[in-house]
Amino acid sequence: MNWLTNTLGTSIGKKLMMAVTGLAFIGFLTVHLAGNLTLYGGPDSFNSYAEHLHALGPLVIIFEWGLMLLALVHILTGTFLYFQNLAARPLRYSVNKRGGGRTLGSATMPYTGVLILLFVIFHLANFRFIDASHASLFQVVSGAFAHPLYVGIYVFAMAVVAIHVSHGFWSLFQSLGLNHPKYMPFLRGLGIVVSLIFGLGFGFLPIYISFIA
Amino acid sequence: MTRTINLTLKVWRQPAAAAKGRFETLHATNISTDMSFLEMLDVVNEQLTLDGKEPIAFDSDCREGICGQCGAVINGHPHGAEKGTTLCQLHMRHFQNGDTIVVEPFRARAFKLHKDLIIDRSPLDQIIQAGGYISVHTGGAPEANTIPISEDRAELAMDAAACIGCGACVAACPNASAMLFVSAKISHLALLPQGRPEAARRALSMVRKMDELCFGNCSNERECEAECPKEISIANIARMNREYIKAGFFSALK
Repeated sequence: MNWLTNTLGTSIGKKLMMAVTGLAFIGFLTVHLAGNLTLYGGPDSFNSYAEHLHALGPLVIIFEWGLMLLALVHILTGTFLYFQNLAARPLRYSVNKRGGGRTLGSATMPYTGVLILLFVIFHLANFRFIDASHASLFQVVSGAFAHPLYVGIYVFAMAVVAIHVSHGFWSLFQSLGLNHPKYMPFLRGLGIVVSLIFGLGFGFLPIYISFIA
Repeated sequence: MTRTINLTLKVWRQPAAAAKGRFETLHATNISTDMSFLEMLDVVNEQLTLDGKEPIAFDSDCREGICGQCGAVINGHPHGAEKGTTLCQLHMRHFQNGDTIVVEPFRARAFKLHKDLIIDRSPLDQIIQAGGYISVHTGGAPEANTIPISEDRAELAMDAAACIGCGACVAACPNASAMLFVSAKISHLALLPQGRPEAARRALSMVRKMDELCFGNCSNERECEAECPKEISIANIARMNREYIKAGFFSALK
C-alpha cells in the first residue's frame, strides 16, 4: 500500500483525488437531476420514481455509503489543500490583480464547497432522514416548498453548485491530464453548459413546486 | 524626442530576511519613457546613493529577458501588466506621468526574502537537481539527427524549454504553487525520446521535491499561464499530471 499512499499523498495525488471524486459527483448530480425531473410529471410520476428507487433496497444503501466515502475524500482533501495553500504564502500582496486566468468559480472553490456541504446536510435532514410513513414523498417535498424561505435557500444553493461546477468540470479533466488542443476549449464550454443545466435544472424545481403546491 | 515622466514608487523595503519590512514612498523624476523598469530603478538608486540613503536591492542579469534573474510584482502583476515580458523588458512608455507604482517582491513561503526585492529562488534549482537527467558519462555529443524527432514534438519541447525559471508562476499563483515551472521542466524532457528512459523517476522525484519545499498546490486557476513572461501553457501541467499518473500507477518505481 506504501506506493499508493506515496502516489496519492503528493500535491498531484491530492489533485487526482479531487478530480476523481468530483467526476463522481457530477455523475451523481446528473442521475439525481434526471430523477427529479419526474416532479414535472406530477405526484404520481414522482412517487412512483421514488418507490422504484427504494425498491432497489441494498443497492441504494451501498450507493449512499459510496457517496459518503467519496464526499469524505473530497471534503478532507479539499480542506487540507485549502490550509496548505494558505500557508504557502504567509505574507500576502498589498496589490492583487488578476492576470486573466481566475474566474468567479475558480476563486471561490473552497467557499462554495463549504456552502454546498452545509446545504447537503440541510437537504438530507429535510428529505432523507424523515419519517415518510404518513405522507408520500411528493407531499413532503411540496410541503417544504410551500415555505418561501425553503425555496430561497434551495435556489441560492443551486446557484452555488453551478458556480462550483463551472470551475470543477473542466478543471477535473486538466487534473487528470486530459488537456488536448482540440478538446479543451470544448470541455471548458461544456463545463459552463453543465453548470447551467445543474443550476437551472435543480434551481427551477422548488419554484415550480411552490407554484403548484 | 524623448518623453520623460515623473512617478511615485511605493517600494517594499526590508533590510534583511529577519527584519521587518514596509513600503517606502520614493519619487522617480525625469524618467525617459525609453527606459526599462530596471533602468528606472537604477536612476532612482543613483539618487538614493547621492542622498546617502540605501539603494533599492533588486536582482538582474542579462536585461534582455532571457536569464530569469529579474522579477518583482508591479501593481499586482509579476513582471508588470504587459503580457509576455520580463521586468527588464517592461518599458516605461507603458506608464503615465504621475502614476503611482507599487513594487513588491515575489511572495511565497518557499522563496525566502534576502533584501528588499531580492528573493532566494534556489528552491527551483533544487527541484531541477531532483530531476537529475545525466546519471552516467555518455562521451561526446551524438550526431543530432541520429534519432528522428518530428517538428511538432520538437516545437512542443522547445515551448516548454523556453521557461527561464524566473518564479513568476509561483508569484502569480493564488496558492504559490510551482506547478507551471515544474511541468515545463518535466515536459521538455518527457517530450523527447532522449528524456524517456528516466521520465518516470524524474516525474516522481521532482514532484516530491516541489512538495517538500512547501510550494502550494495547483487548483487550475490559470494565473501562472497568464503572467508567465515566456507564455508557457498549462497544457504542460496536464502533461506533468499524465507523466505523474504513468509513473505513480504504471511504472515499477515506488
